[in-house]
Amino acid sequence: MAECHPVGFRWVMEARERGATIIHVDPRFTRTSAVANIHVPIRAGSDIAFLGGIVRYIIENERYFRDYVVHYTNAPAIVSAEFQDTEDLDGLFGGWDEETGQYHKKAWRYEGADPEPAAGVKESDEEGQPIQHNPFQAGHSDPTLQHPRCVFQILKRHFSRYTPEMVEQTCGIPKSLFLKVAETLCRNSGRERTSAFCYAVGWTQHSMGVQYIRTAAIVQLLLGNIGRPGGGILALRGHASIQGSTDIPTLYNLLPGYLPMPKAKQDKDLATYLARNTSPSGWWGEFPKYFVSLLKAWFGEAATKENGWCYDYLPALTGDHSHMNTVVNMADGGVKGYFVMGENPVVGSMNGPLHRKGLRQLEWLVVRDFSVTETADFWRDAPEIERGEIRTEDIGTEVFFFPAAAHVEKDGAFTNTQRLLQWHYKSVEPPGDAASELDFIYKLGLRLKKLYAEEYGQPRNRPIRDVTWDYPLEGPKREPKAEAVLREINGYTVADGKPVEGFTSLQDDGSTACGCWIYSGCYRDGHNMAARRKPHWEQNWVAPEWAWAWPHNRRLLYNRASADPEGKPWSDRKKLVWWDQEKGEWVGYDTPDFIVKRPPWFHPSKDACGKDTIGGTDPFVMQADGKGWLYAATGLQDGPLPVHYEPQESVVKNPLYGQQCNPERVEWWRKDNPYHRAYDDPRFPYVITTYRLTEHHTAGAMSRWLSWLSELQPEMFCEVSPELAAERGLKNGGWATIRTMRAEIEARVLVTGRMRPLRIKGRLVHQIGLPYHWSTKGLARGDAANDLIGFVADPNVSIQESKAFTGAIEPGRKSRRRSAAISGPPVREIDPKRWQRDLPPARRKPESQHSFKAGESKKEH
Amino acid sequence: MAGAKGFFTDTTLCIGCKACEVACKQWNQLPDDGLLFTGMSYDNTVHLGASTWRHVAFIERPVPLSTQDAGAFSWLFSSDVCKHCVRAGCLESCPTGAIIRTEFDSVYVQPDICNGCGYCIVNCPFGVIDRRSEDGRAWKCTLCYDRLREDMTPACAKACPTESIVFGDLDELRTRARVRVEKLQDAGMREAYLYGEDAASQPGTEGLNAFFLLLDKPEVYNLPPDPAIPTKGVGRSWISMAAAAAGIALMAVGSVFFSKLGGRS
Repeated sequence: MAECHPVGFRWVMEARERGATIIHVDPRFTRTSAVANIHVPIRAGSDIAFLGGIVRYIIENERYFRDYVVHYTNAPAIVSAEFQDTEDLDGLFGGWDEETGQYHKKAWRYEGADPEPAAGVKESDEEGQPIQHNPFQAGHSDPTLQHPRCVFQILKRHFSRYTPEMVEQTCGIPKSLFLKVAETLCRNSGRERTSAFCYAVGWTQHSMGVQYIRTAAIVQLLLGNIGRPGGGILALRGHASIQGSTDIPTLYNLLPGYLPMPKAKQDKDLATYLARNTSPSGWWGEFPKYFVSLLKAWFGEAATKENGWCYDYLPALTGDHSHMNTVVNMADGGVKGYFVMGENPVVGSMNGPLHRKGLRQLEWLVVRDFSVTETADFWRDAPEIERGEIRTEDIGTEVFFFPAAAHVEKDGAFTNTQRLLQWHYKSVEPPGDAASELDFIYKLGLRLKKLYAEEYGQPRNRPIRDVTWDYPLEGPKREPKAEAVLREINGYTVADGKPVEGFTSLQDDGSTACGCWIYSGCYRDGHNMAARRKPHWEQNWVAPEWAWAWPHNRRLLYNRASADPEGKPWSDRKKLVWWDQEKGEWVGYDTPDFIVKRPPWFHPSKDACGKDTIGGTDPFVMQADGKGWLYAATGLQDGPLPVHYEPQESVVKNPLYGQQCNPERVEWWRKDNPYHRAYDDPRFPYVITTYRLTEHHTAGAMSRWLSWLSELQPEMFCEVSPELAAERGLKNGGWATIRTMRAEIEARVLVTGRMRPLRIKGRLVHQIGLPYHWSTKGLARGDAANDLIGFVADPNVSIQESKAFTGAIEPGRKSRRRSAAISGPPVREIDPKRWQRDLPPARRKPESQHSFKAGESKKEH
Repeated sequence: MAGAKGFFTDTTLCIGCKACEVACKQWNQLPDDGLLFTGMSYDNTVHLGASTWRHVAFIERPVPLSTQDAGAFSWLFSSDVCKHCVRAGCLESCPTGAIIRTEFDSVYVQPDICNGCGYCIVNCPFGVIDRRSEDGRAWKCTLCYDRLREDMTPACAKACPTESIVFGDLDELRTRARVRVEKLQDAGMREAYLYGEDAASQPGTEGLNAFFLLLDKPEVYNLPPDPAIPTKGVGRSWISMAAAAAGIALMAVGSVFFSKLGGRS
């Protein structure tokens, strides 16, 4: 965190100064470790084993917050007798379908209940309507937590083998250190104290990335650290407004406010789409109000009840169009044009050579950035062109480069990890032709509208013609007013155009329009709430009048959990929100994240629907049963509970199960994306992990062109331990070549005691650290670490696995920068299918499971 | 705003982000020092110089911190800067009067007067000041004199996210620093101490206006253990020189006298 979020880390330092214990878990000793109280070196890719060990410690030693667990989590819920755990099937859950390589998720359901997930996979109701959505409403729960099939007992059994000894053998963390961490965490949790987890892509970029976070969620729910001040699981996002670009998404499968994109096969019409996404219980029962208001904001007067609010105008998903699939599809000639804005994928994403292969097949490419990045210049000075394998004159892609305005050159809001929208103002005009994305998209839209109005009159082009596109222009460059967009995002009543108070004012009858329901209220009464700058000494410690947080300016999600079931704070020290008997409502320092007038003793009736099913002790209002999910009965592809699987490429055999890797991971079996043996590949004996440094920003477009930052970390380097340096003959300051089946790169060597080999089952496991900032352009240059990494993804969110893989290292500047995408693998290929990766008889995943287009494209290989 | 100002750099709060280095270069529009991979931990600017006025040292030690559980290892960071010594060697040796003491008690090089003679460079016991090869003149930290004149905090202290670099009135800084050391000692960080906070602790410079809280010997941070400015001895030199001159004169007179006596005999 000190490395990549130094400004946010000031609060960690302040907490440390006030007596908090800072524990840093990382394969390397980083700037964060340097100032932490405890550093825990871990084998990259083994965090579920570590966190699972903590879950076991909490349960076995009865350190969980019992009142919290019984009332606020689904620990008492009873799971169907059909359920089979990974303990029964050596690493697979029940419901595994060998043919499709996917799970039948119904095998994990609750007894007599089938809740809708708040997010994630939503299955179609082919098997008919389930009998009940809320297990607590249905009465299938055991508050004594003794029922052998209650979630608590299942959890206990599931993690029973994650002992301190197993943690030591899997993660390389000495037993005594593990116990110290577990004890410190438990001691700092409970009524009087809370602990928080902070994580970044070191947790998410794995083939079971979502399950890493799930494991942390289980720990925090057991300890009662969710919805309470000082608790939580905090995702540190990689850029200033990555949170914002998820809320108002740049993701292919989401509409603003986490509304799912319609699916072509299932969501034939508005009624079906709404029925499939409206949860019969919990807050997602409000779904139609948010969706209809969104369509009303987008299509204005054209959206009427009769035409389904222009539902048919929305594009619908025909398959997986996530990043890696799109690139693979592109490499096979399936993509015509590509917009790249504020990203440098040939450096920042996996398997750069494969990306460039894709770019070469495009008809056109648009890049908007501060400088001509490697992505914009892939046709001129890429490694394969330097080597003469590809000739510039053979590339047909037409490239358009547009200079972009920096954040100080435009108005707008940043949404940070705590969902806080902070407005920033333009301080200087962008130089020359540089313009903001808002300006670019808006003016592109105007041109499209003109084109479609004049030349393409067909009815199918109505969406472009009908979309509302009328923001006022301002400034010397006549740019659209950013606040006008914020106003639309906030929402307004259609009749008078007045901003709505918040999402509770939204309707599904077309009387309101709203660009993103969760942001509704950010422009309340016509004021830009995100621009509020009231200092903290003029308000309470929660500082609710500094900027604005979604939803409804709630600074802490699910904060009903900060009070006990009767509505009284768990302790005076951790007081945040409570039930005021006299007023008959929830009050506190923060805006209550609960139905304000719903008393703690409220019990929903058996036939209640939507938000009426939320009981007085159900803090997790977005969940169908109002509880924090220790066990995810639905919503995930790869299991209701986290399981330690090894990464796609590992140095060790899975010590816990016969199943080596996440059985549902997404693979791309192609010649330009070869994999290593699952474990113990003699050609690739070392663990490699990648990361960022404080001195540079991600793929470097914002830092490698600046002398002041470039001089601080001027070249690509690798970090190795003195032990590995001795083993491989590497010299500090010298050169090394690092190799995988995908590519080889060279780097300067930094031999440092901050890298420590781990002892696992008596064997020394070495890890190599690779920062990934550099490439062929800018002032500071070097080879791109991401060229080494293959395409493998988590099945839930299609995140790549870049934080743990295997490779080889040798001294010297021998790299010819060969890559599998161009010249074949740099290392002799051994038939990868000879090595068992998955548990017999569960065969390797069928190839085109998640990749609609990639499946087709494989014919060429 | 005038009055003695300085920096208290608390290395226990430094996270090694180098924001101070970059903020300094940006505000003062300094050129880079060359793109050189050193292999010295994360330190690639190596030391203070004509175009690096803040420099963060990265020290990897096979010694644990007394308050940390991280094996037999620790990583120290320290943001170094011109000390603006109470007795400044550079100032006292400057023959042109280019180096002056300002109303903030800081030591400032006037670039329009400096003739590049370089006397200041050899007279700085910390190796802070240096000549820029392009223009031959001597450069170093100005304590952001231009910002102080506008009642602004120096760029490095302003940019520091963890208050490792604190700017302020020297009296207050000294009190703050002493309280801090006491607090750290009480919390078990026995190795914490102040470097150069006053004349008593560092007679060779009579104290530093930019002083430090350190966790190891000064040498570990590339700081001299007992710095003394060469001009500090000038008075004594003059006296001994005068005595020597007097002695020589006496001897000369004596020899003449005695030779005369001898001649007479």
